Amino acid sequence: MTDQHQPFEGTAGQPRIADRSVKVSATNANVYYGEKHAIKDVGLDIVAQEVTAFIGPSGCGKSTFLRCLNRMNDTIDICRVTGDIRLDEEDIYDRKIDVVELRARVGMVFQKPNPFPKSIYENIAYGPRIHGTATGKAELDEIVQSSLVRAGLWEEVKDRLDSPGTGLSGGQQQRLCIARAIAVSPEVILMDEPCSALDPIATAKIEELIDELRTNFTIVIVTHSMQQAARVSQRTAFFHLGRLIECGDTETIFTNPQHNLTQGYITGRFG
Amino acid sequence: MNTLILVLVILALATLSYVVGTRRSTGLVDNKPKDLHSLPGYYGLYVAMWCGVPALALLALWTAFEPTIVKHMVLASLPAQALLDPAGGPLSDQRISLMMTDIANTASGNISSGASQSYISEAAVYQRSLTDTGYWLMAAVAVALGLGLASLAYRRISPKLRARNDVESGVKYFMIACSTVAILTTIGIILSLLFESYRFFTQVPVTDFLFGLSWSPQTAMRADQVGSSGAFGAIPLFVGTGLIATIALVVAVPIGLLSAIYMSEYAAPKFRAFAKPALEILAGIPTVVYGFFAALTVAPAIRGFGETIGLDVSSESALAAGLVMGIMIIPFVSSLSDDVITAVPQAMREGSYGLGATKSETIRKVVFPAALPGIVGGILLAASRAIGETMIVVMAAGLAANLTANPFAAVTTVTVQIVTLLVGDQEFDSPKTLAAFALGLVLFFITLLLNVIALRVVRKYREQYD
Repeated sequence: MTDQHQPFEGTAGQPRIADRSVKVSATNANVYYGEKHAIKDVGLDIVAQEVTAFIGPSGCGKSTFLRCLNRMNDTIDICRVTGDIRLDEEDIYDRKIDVVELRARVGMVFQKPNPFPKSIYENIAYGPRIHGTATGKAELDEIVQSSLVRAGLWEEVKDRLDSPGTGLSGGQQQRLCIARAIAVSPEVILMDEPCSALDPIATAKIEELIDELRTNFTIVIVTHSMQQAARVSQRTAFFHLGRLIECGDTETIFTNPQHNLTQGYITGRFG
Repeated sequence: MNTLILVLVILALATLSYVVGTRRSTGLVDNKPKDLHSLPGYYGLYVAMWCGVPALALLALWTAFEPTIVKHMVLASLPAQALLDPAGGPLSDQRISLMMTDIANTASGNISSGASQSYISEAAVYQRSLTDTGYWLMAAVAVALGLGLASLAYRRISPKLRARNDVESGVKYFMIACSTVAILTTIGIILSLLFESYRFFTQVPVTDFLFGLSWSPQTAMRADQVGSSGAFGAIPLFVGTGLIATIALVVAVPIGLLSAIYMSEYAAPKFRAFAKPALEILAGIPTVVYGFFAALTVAPAIRGFGETIGLDVSSESALAAGLVMGIMIIPFVSSLSDDVITAVPQAMREGSYGLGATKSETIRKVVFPAALPGIVGGILLAASRAIGETMIVVMAAGLAANLTANPFAAVTTVTVQIVTLLVGDQEFDSPKTLAAFALGLVLFFITLLLNVIALRVVRKYREQYD
């Protein structure tokens, strides 16, 4: 796992991780939508209990790559993934892997808040119910409460757990979706532009939440906002036209980018 | 002597006005349509509207009132003794209308019974001349009105004339008129149902009708015949209707719903593109075809099957009618359910997959509940269709008003009884005939109720995703 990870000549400076434990690693990952080659030879390590941000201009493939990490692309018929993507050294595209179990370990939060048209309680209880995590009503209540507490939503909704989740504000809905993901106790949480549909105040709350969650989860966040990437992430990966251009510590990427494409993007010359 | 020709003439004049109006508008601005307030076509339409609409309206009024006016004039021209009966008293209204029919028949050259009387043939000649003159007068007035208004409109054309606004408000009034016709017709039907039912209920008590257990509407012609008073207890009909509709729904709901789930969630797009229209063809088969399929194929098969296992099945059974009706309403359930299931946002499914749910868990716990209101709407629509269906039941379920829940017995339904009550020669004031209106009223309320519930449910569904 050394230099074979270099997908593109410009990523020479990408440091392999030696001192931190790698949670997810991709090698030569390719994604095709029918004829379209959407992701080209991406190699990348995601460090446990850190926040990794994927940045890049629209259509660069960062969301597509994110969706490879919990095989969400399986739901798209024409999509094909090749290469090697490992979660804890285990190939997630192996035949032996149960995709349902994988998605329980790698949770996801979407761009647009998508609470189920059920009550707040039922939204959180959905995951534990289908996985049979809780043995009784009391335990389920406990999971619901602790998930909402950790998502910073408990104080706002504790008196109306039976009202519909769709009745909350956009920011609350997104925190509900994060709470819903936490309730399954995943190891990794993937976030696909979780704040792009939210106002600045709600965004600030979510960013704060992401920072807190880092102690327990490995988080990957796709974002259009470079400020957001700089604020919440420890590592940043820059994608351009389906390729990973550069990946490294956030501070390095933003202060001393190795590649001129990265430089151009973060200084706002294109994107 | 033909109104159709006159209509065609007016339409031709309107077309001509359109061309002339368009030409004039472009001519006024030296072929620079930008200087006109509206597009040139609107000026054409403006002139054509003034030419055609009043003339056609006049024609419609004329066609509606001409027969009455002519009839009154002919009646007034008859000699006094023609309106007296042999005893010297005045003729009854019915006799007068009979005589007028004779005159009309003679005038149009048909065979009539009273041509022997000289005053009848004289009156016929008079009627003929009246209609002829009236027609030509009418034609002249209509054409003159059209041409006159068209030339007025033509002269009003100027670059500043707001022709588009006028044409559009004309179109708007036309649409208002159309919807008024639809609404008034509906109100008329409801009122007629109400009044005729009221007449029925003055002869048969409401409670007997709604709660009576025996249906036998055959009333005797003479008072001394056996069974001179019919029985009008509608319960057996409601039970029969309910039984058949239930059987139909038991067939249609599972098949329709499961095929909808398969088509929207599992099937490949190519298969779906073929299967969905194929299922919808079921709704396009005429019900009379379903009817003889039920009566000639399904019913004997069920009876044969019943005999082999020792059941007593009548040759016309609720089961046969219900099964075939169920097949007929499958597309109502499947097509509507398929639409609402497809309308559930993909984000819902992904949210569920993202939590590690399987496909079937996602469908059962997220997609299906989210689509449920729409599915219920589809089922209620299918139910009201099943309740109102007639042809299959006439052919396959029989006419015997048995009060039974046995699907192998012959039963009858509300719609079938309405048909049998009104087929053949009827007295319009006998309870037998009027019973049809009462049954129709009840049926109307039941389907109305179902439709209202369906609409409510569908509206609630809309609120969730908009």
